[in-house]
Amino acid sequence: MPFKKTPQKFSAAIKTVEIGTGDRKIVLGGESVMPLYSFDGPIENAPKVGVEIVDTGYADAPEGLKAFYAGCDTMAEQAKKAAAMEGADFLCLRFESADPNGADTPVEDCVAAAKEVADSVDLPLVIMGCKNNEKDAQLFEKCAEALAGKNILVLAAKEENYKGVGAAAGLAYNQKVGAESSVDINLAKQLNILITQLGVSGDSIVMNPGTATAGYGFEYVVSTLERIRLAALGQNDTTLQMPIITPVASETWGVKESVTEEADIPEWGDRETRGIDMEVATAAAVLAAGSNGVILRHPQSVATVSRLIRELM
Amino acid sequence: MALKGIDIFKMSPKKNCKECGVPTCMAFSMKVAAGALPIEKCPYMGADVIAKLSEATAPPMKTIKVGDLSMGGETVMYRHEKTFVSKTLYAVSVSDTQENADEVFEELKKVDYERIGEREYAEFVFVKHDGDTDVFVEMAKKAAATGRQVILDVDCPVCAEAALEAIKDAKPVLNGANAENVEKMNELAGKYGVVLGVKAEGLDALYDLTAKIEKMGNKNLILNASTASVKEAFAETVQIRRAAVKNTDRTFGYPVLVNTAALAPGDQAMQTALASLFTMRYGSIIVMESMSYAQALPLFGLRQNVFTDPQKPMKVDPGIYPLNGATEDSPCVITVDFALTYFLVSGEIERSGVPVNLLISDAGGYSVLTAWAAGKLSASTIAKFIKEADIGSRIKNRTLILPGKVAVLKGEVQEKLPDWNVIVGTREAVELVQFLKEFK
Repeated sequence: MPFKKTPQKFSAAIKTVEIGTGDRKIVLGGESVMPLYSFDGPIENAPKVGVEIVDTGYADAPEGLKAFYAGCDTMAEQAKKAAAMEGADFLCLRFESADPNGADTPVEDCVAAAKEVADSVDLPLVIMGCKNNEKDAQLFEKCAEALAGKNILVLAAKEENYKGVGAAAGLAYNQKVGAESSVDINLAKQLNILITQLGVSGDSIVMNPGTATAGYGFEYVVSTLERIRLAALGQNDTTLQMPIITPVASETWGVKESVTEEADIPEWGDRETRGIDMEVATAAAVLAAGSNGVILRHPQSVATVSRLIRELM
Repeated sequence: MALKGIDIFKMSPKKNCKECGVPTCMAFSMKVAAGALPIEKCPYMGADVIAKLSEATAPPMKTIKVGDLSMGGETVMYRHEKTFVSKTLYAVSVSDTQENADEVFEELKKVDYERIGEREYAEFVFVKHDGDTDVFVEMAKKAAATGRQVILDVDCPVCAEAALEAIKDAKPVLNGANAENVEKMNELAGKYGVVLGVKAEGLDALYDLTAKIEKMGNKNLILNASTASVKEAFAETVQIRRAAVKNTDRTFGYPVLVNTAALAPGDQAMQTALASLFTMRYGSIIVMESMSYAQALPLFGLRQNVFTDPQKPMKVDPGIYPLNGATEDSPCVITVDFALTYFLVSGEIERSGVPVNLLISDAGGYSVLTAWAAGKLSASTIAKFIKEADIGSRIKNRTLILPGKVAVLKGEVQEKLPDWNVIVGTREAVELVQFLKEFK
């Protein structure tokens, strides 16, 4: 008696969202199967890998990463390097220095840097802020304006600032809006509804329903992503059918496994290897749980994860 | 298919004799369906009915044991549905043609540590037969001497028997039944009382071979996922689990072994990525070329997270955790024993570089606000903890920093601990770095 295959196909589908323009534009979502289950049905748009570029530079970075960006003084120069990485589908500019409690870089300077990047590379751009809600809202509005026509994604609008961010990026300048909530399916759903009610089309929203590093309460991330995907596909919940993007690097490179120098805990071994393994393990796990795109930092992580995706498609 | 109480009732004698200890046959049937009573408790149930029912009420996926380790026995596809039963286990691979095998054994011993009350180490050594039989047998002995469980990856029955004989007390897994050698391998597995690994190209062939071995009377098996490509390995692993758990096809109700060392030879980062993928998606044993700290830290952390019981919070032991070289003169930061809280708070304190004694009080494994709402974190519990753990004599510094979310407790805590200087800390862990730097 032969084995009877029972493909798990759904009649609902994840919405497709385009980011960027021209030849290099990317499409997130579109599938009617559970994440990476290309054996159940076609996944036309494979998950994408983005490279994170931080405006605070790489002074504390491990040697290999520092060497990769050696000689690059501006974000635009770093972006050119990053764009040439094996497996890079898009770039993510993270303006950490804009934090009012930190360097408090003025919005105009950030926008100028983003503009310069947009003029020097043709990869789709994602803009991340500094986690300060007011400053991020201003930053996203000005970036959306300055990069009009580039079809960027701002990451992200939150419950506290979605009105400003959604209206500016989504409505006034027709860019894509990220919706960030904190690891809870109901919060994710609510924010999607709120942003849609502003008038932003569901096809212009990408979710970031929260993330963590593997080992750090990651079970909540797993279950939130899996439940979102099951609700979107199995119950045809249109308010949860937006593609998911996960900024992995900004989480994993901050935990002690990636930060501790080899001199402090010699048995742990090379810090750079630890950082890469933490980044790829977390990325593979969020992709399995439901992400359509991950944002990574290290060239080796970008290459590894993009190869993993290619092999699974 | 799981049977409902009413289905069992239809097959029952319907005498209401009470000899099973339950007032009626209907009540008895309901209990059997819920798994509370075995069907054999009824003295009048026919043998054919018992056979049929014990088959129907058996779990869809078998639990396979190797030493103290368990694999399989899963009942759900996603962790939020109920809970996963047996965590993914990891194996480090060595080949009998490998020059540096001794180094592999040495490295293996180094990664063995504790994380939130759980021992973390690669549970298996996977000994691969590619060359000389004598070398293979020697390597099997060395593998058994590590104290880890052993998997013999071999398809020649003669070599397999030599190695099995050499380490028979270790009860290794015999990974090597294929279409050609199945009779002999199955015989060996029976003779030495070991788990048999099944290998075939493609799901159909694997299904047929497994069914054939079951017919020979052996149901102590693990299944090998394809080593042809990542895509195949992933498709097979998911579909085997789906067949067992969702479609109760018991022929595939066995744990799956995934060999990342064969899928991505020489590529450590890719093996880590694959191990992560298969920890998420239904690998019971994952074979890798190494398990360095760089790989262990993310993978064991991920595994611990994925396999926690969603109904039970993870807890750390209450007590004093000196961070950044804290001494008895360093200030104290107090919080709850919820593992996630502990990890976030200790991580941020470590990032600050400021020596701090982190005090973990018993709050039933709840987060700060939940514990406070449930009365498990209050001025009394804090005072009681300080007294019972004898913090006063173990630490000289008298600064106690409370979680910002329970700032409301400050007055009362101060009242109960008059010799301490009680300070309200930050609401979020991320703000601790700045707070501690300024505080210092």
